[in-house]
Amino acid sequence: MAKIVVDVMPKAEILDPQGRAVQGALARQGLEGVRDVRQGKRFEILLDGDLDLEQMEQVHQLAEELLSNPVIEDYDLRVIDEGGIAS
Amino acid sequence: MTARIGVITFPGSLDDADSARAVTLAGAQAVPLWHGDHTLPQVDAIVIPGGFSYGDYLRCGAIARFAPIMTEVVRAADRGLPVLGICNGFQVLCEAHLLPGALAINEGRHFVCRDEALIVENTSTSWTQGFVPEQRIVVPLKNGEGRYVADSKTLSELESAGRVAVRYADNPNGSDNNIAGITNARGNVVGLMPHPEHAVESLTGPSLDGLTFFTSVLADLRVAS
Repeated sequence: MAKIVVDVMPKAEILDPQGRAVQGALARQGLEGVRDVRQGKRFEILLDGDLDLEQMEQVHQLAEELLSNPVIEDYDLRVIDEGGIAS
Repeated sequence: MTARIGVITFPGSLDDADSARAVTLAGAQAVPLWHGDHTLPQVDAIVIPGGFSYGDYLRCGAIARFAPIMTEVVRAADRGLPVLGICNGFQVLCEAHLLPGALAINEGRHFVCRDEALIVENTSTSWTQGFVPEQRIVVPLKNGEGRYVADSKTLSELESAGRVAVRYADNPNGSDNNIAGITNARGNVVGLMPHPEHAVESLTGPSLDGLTFFTSVLADLRVAS
């Protein structure tokens, strides 16, 4: 089994009201020096079998077309476990 | 012959009934369309209504965009069929790349629900041709993720081509350039966050201004036929 993690974050130039709210809450709880908080999403995808190149391309494409919206978000994809031999 | 205007229902759509009612009040026949359908019945125009399609999971409109009916909607829109996306429908149109940009969480973090004053700027689209340029209208607005954003290149393209269909008189959510609604280059696809279908009867709406969106498309169809 292979495991892929996709992190989706609001683009730096896009205002993130959720992050702003969390920033305020952290400060109110006494954390000092909170300069900025950005809130994103994390997807953990478990795939049967071993990862092949074609599958990786497919996951990349879906990360860009479905999991994130490139107008307002960036994604970061990494393979935690390639499955089969690699694990 | 009475025009047939399709109204799509996704799981989580809220304003499909009101949209169908607005279509009827405008003098057309409302044709219910189901998100899971792979074919489009004969319709003269399509409304994608507001609500929370698929629970707004992932992003607003992100999953609805891949619904089977949307393949047909994109194809029909490319052919020139008039398509109006209201609120969640606007989000779906952006996710489906029928319109540029995206709708993000409101600047002030609040869900905004109020009667909104708008300026109609482009009166040559299928859905706004019944207005006069710069006409000020009042239509309800209700959303938490209605802040229109686009990169500066897209914004300047929209502005220079006159593709901002409606603008907020008093920006409620931090939308770029006070944009409340836009159109595609051809003028057949329009998306807007405010809800014209809630401003079609004096008993329940702040005005009857919303009805003009629906009568506009009927006039558009009469010219075309």
